[in-house]
Amino acid sequence: MSVDLKEMLIKPASSEETEGRQPRPSAAAWLSRYGAYLALALLVLFNLAFTPHFATMQTFSVNLAQICTIVIVGVGMTLVIATGGIDLSVGSLMAIAGAIAPGFFTGYYFPSAPPYLNIALSIAVPIAVAGLFGLFNGWLVAGFRIQPIIATLVLFIAGRGIAQVWTNGDLQVFKMPAFQAIALGHVLGVPLQIWIMLAVVILAAWVLRRTVFGRQVLAVGGNEAAARLSGVPVGRVKCLVYVASGLCSGVAGLIVIAMNSAADANLIGMGTELDAIAAVAVGGTLLSGGRATTTGTLVGALIIQLVRYTLLANGVPDSAALIAKAALIVIAVWLQRQERA
Amino acid sequence: MASHPLLSMQAIDKRFGVVPALRASFLEVEEGEVMALIGENGAGKSTMIKVLNGFCQKDAGEITFDGRPWQAASPQEAQRNGISTIFQEINLIPFRTITENIYLGRELKHRGGFLAWRRMHEGARRLLEAFGVDIDVGAPLGQFSTAIQQMVAIARAISFEAKLVIMDESTSSLDEQEVQVLFQTIRRLKAQGVAVVFVSHKLDELYAVCDRVTVMRDGKTVAVASMAEMDKLRLVATMLGRDLAEVRRQGATAFSEAARPPGAELLSVDSIAVSPKVKEASVSVRAGEIVGLAGLLGSGRTETARAIFGAEPHQAGRISFEGKPQHFADPRQAIAAGLGFCSEDRKHEGIIPRMSVRENMTLALLPALARSGIVNEREQRRIVLRFIKDIGIKCASAEQPIRELSGGNQQKVLLARWLCMNPKLLILDEPTRGIDVGATSEIQKLVRRLANDGLGVLMISSEIEEILEGADRIFILRDGRTVGQMSRADASEATLMAAMAHGSGDAAPHGGEH
Ligand SMILES: Nc1ncnc2c1ncn2[C@@H]1O[C@H](COP(=O)(O)OP(=O)(O)OP(=O)(O)O)[C@@H](O)[C@H]1O
Ligand SMILES: [Mg+2]
Repeated sequence: MSVDLKEMLIKPASSEETEGRQPRPSAAAWLSRYGAYLALALLVLFNLAFTPHFATMQTFSVNLAQICTIVIVGVGMTLVIATGGIDLSVGSLMAIAGAIAPGFFTGYYFPSAPPYLNIALSIAVPIAVAGLFGLFNGWLVAGFRIQPIIATLVLFIAGRGIAQVWTNGDLQVFKMPAFQAIALGHVLGVPLQIWIMLAVVILAAWVLRRTVFGRQVLAVGGNEAAARLSGVPVGRVKCLVYVASGLCSGVAGLIVIAMNSAADANLIGMGTELDAIAAVAVGGTLLSGGRATTTGTLVGALIIQLVRYTLLANGVPDSAALIAKAALIVIAVWLQRQERA
Repeated sequence: MASHPLLSMQAIDKRFGVVPALRASFLEVEEGEVMALIGENGAGKSTMIKVLNGFCQKDAGEITFDGRPWQAASPQEAQRNGISTIFQEINLIPFRTITENIYLGRELKHRGGFLAWRRMHEGARRLLEAFGVDIDVGAPLGQFSTAIQQMVAIARAISFEAKLVIMDESTSSLDEQEVQVLFQTIRRLKAQGVAVVFVSHKLDELYAVCDRVTVMRDGKTVAVASMAEMDKLRLVATMLGRDLAEVRRQGATAFSEAARPPGAELLSVDSIAVSPKVKEASVSVRAGEIVGLAGLLGSGRTETARAIFGAEPHQAGRISFEGKPQHFADPRQAIAAGLGFCSEDRKHEGIIPRMSVRENMTLALLPALARSGIVNEREQRRIVLRFIKDIGIKCASAEQPIRELSGGNQQKVLLARWLCMNPKLLILDEPTRGIDVGATSEIQKLVRRLANDGLGVLMISSEIEEILEGADRIFILRDGRTVGQMSRADASEATLMAAMAHGSGDAAPHGGEH
């Protein structure tokens, strides 16, 4: 699917460039950029009018909790896509992080260490490990100039294998409230994982907008040759976005196991890469690079989730909801193509 | 029939958002006529062309072509109906072969539907031969110089056998000889009754091939005249909207300020080799000196410049900068040492199309504008606004995406990208490509002023005049070797052309073509 998305965008776009066509309907340009916000507003209004019990804290929390991990992974993905790349390994990196973590807080690795230290390690180490695997992705992409889709396919396949080997393929079940607070705890009545998600979105938006690194990410995605000639450390920038994507995947992996009270290397993060890419595309980030919005990614994930929720809440079967999701992605990509100059 | 012009565009309006690009402008072209279309950067020439060929749609106005109302939805459709365009920015696909690019969208097929490669290669080769270009048509376009790419674009456009061919600054990356070849082509087309709209900022070219001229200013057509009854000064005055007397006073010379004696040696390049083209190139630049790098197409000027800047590795030879041996592994190191490099390929190596004028201009400066990684936007904006004003960049605001600027204004932003770095040595590859007459002299003056303040400049230009007038010293490259050196005093058009074509700097003048 992700393959198709990239292909759809890049191929026709370049042939279009050849003969040149005006970014004709500037309405399409506007929609591609801000349409996601409009769609979200319409969805919320529709539900307020027609779906019973929509405006409750319960609905709010449930819907947001559903998309937390997708958005967190999606933020890393947004950065990667902003450079013109893609990261297929995110789901597998989630599995690795999720598989490593329980050994710490159950005291399996360091039985004699104090519990709070083990909890801290169970959070810090898996995230760091996922980041290191991200570095490996970046190394392949930047150091060997391997196409991102191929480079990250390596860990997409091998990563889950590593996670399974680490756990012997066993399901690890646990009950560890102190650790699980990252998903199940509440602050101001809102689940902690939602706060984490918001923090990640806002931090990344700030980095993209205000820091040298953020601007360089967009410059690399916008025109790599020009960026290089202007002294942008293209290799380092690329490497770092994959590290960021790895770190995000690590966080998401921990949230998943905390939510489930179980770590199953076979299932953690299964298919997340596609959900994340879909959220990024629907949110208005250009799949060809050079324009990115992390709040858009949040909105994109919300739209996909709300469409499904709306359909289910109004008695439409889940299979139809999937088709709606596919339609959303097609519309987003189509809008992006209309806009190209 | 004869009384109707081939093309008539009347009262054309076009605005982008709130910015009017065309205001009631008009253009008429007769059959078999070569019409010059000129105007300052941002005057609306390219927009006029894009409205005609369907790249974008007009807001108001009438177009008739060949006796019928004309409406094209896309450049492809225009091409099918007799109007073929060579766009200002080459828009072919770099990673496809030359043949593919030439036959794109109208591939020859065998009866079974398979592509007839042999016939297409053959056709492409023959087409290019007519332009004096003999290259491997099976190789990807991107590996050839901008000039070759330009020739391919021209060959492609002409092969459509259109009734009207539009050339939007098609000569900007060609050197004198190729321009001559193009002119022959234009004359041949004219003889066949094909009309040509010819956009260029090089006035001499207009006088060489055009029959009439249409002058645009601020989105309006301000004059139409036959070339013969419009002398250069009048033309410039009309274009700029200034007094004839005023223009006359300013004169045409650009690097007018007198050069100061140069300082210590800044850059010394000793017999470097850059595969595959450059074999033994040597250049030196002193502080406060403008050095020209002259040579024909394919002589390795750009490659030499890129190697100095660390954008390409060199295999042999030595480079030293400020007296120290240097081997820049990438542009970043070169920039840190105080070099700047303005590429000739604006579209592929210059602009970041979606980013604003502000961000494009400060791309290289960004690290210096930041404290602990956070960009100081106020400082950034201050610098950008200063340069927009100083070199007269025409844009709606500093936040406008650079791709919306006219070609010449994009070029100015890219120049500013390096000027704002305060470099010690600036390498300029075709610095005034696509820039109008007025702005060219502004920029040349600026470069001279900076040089007098101690900046070293290495300038590549396919315009002999620019090299002759601008450079204090000239190095001549031929087939990847430095074959000579001239000081400004010794150089004349004839000696320089002779040296570029076949010999050393002191070769007997051989009467370069005029
Ligand atoms: N897509 C666009 N969006 C907004 N403004 C545009 C767009 N295209 C062109 N313009 C504006 O229209 C005006 C005319 O531009 P145009 O490209 O026609 O100039 P030009 O005469 O071809 O200049 P040059 O000699 O520099 O190529 C400019 O002010 C430019 O900024
Ligand atoms: Mg133009």
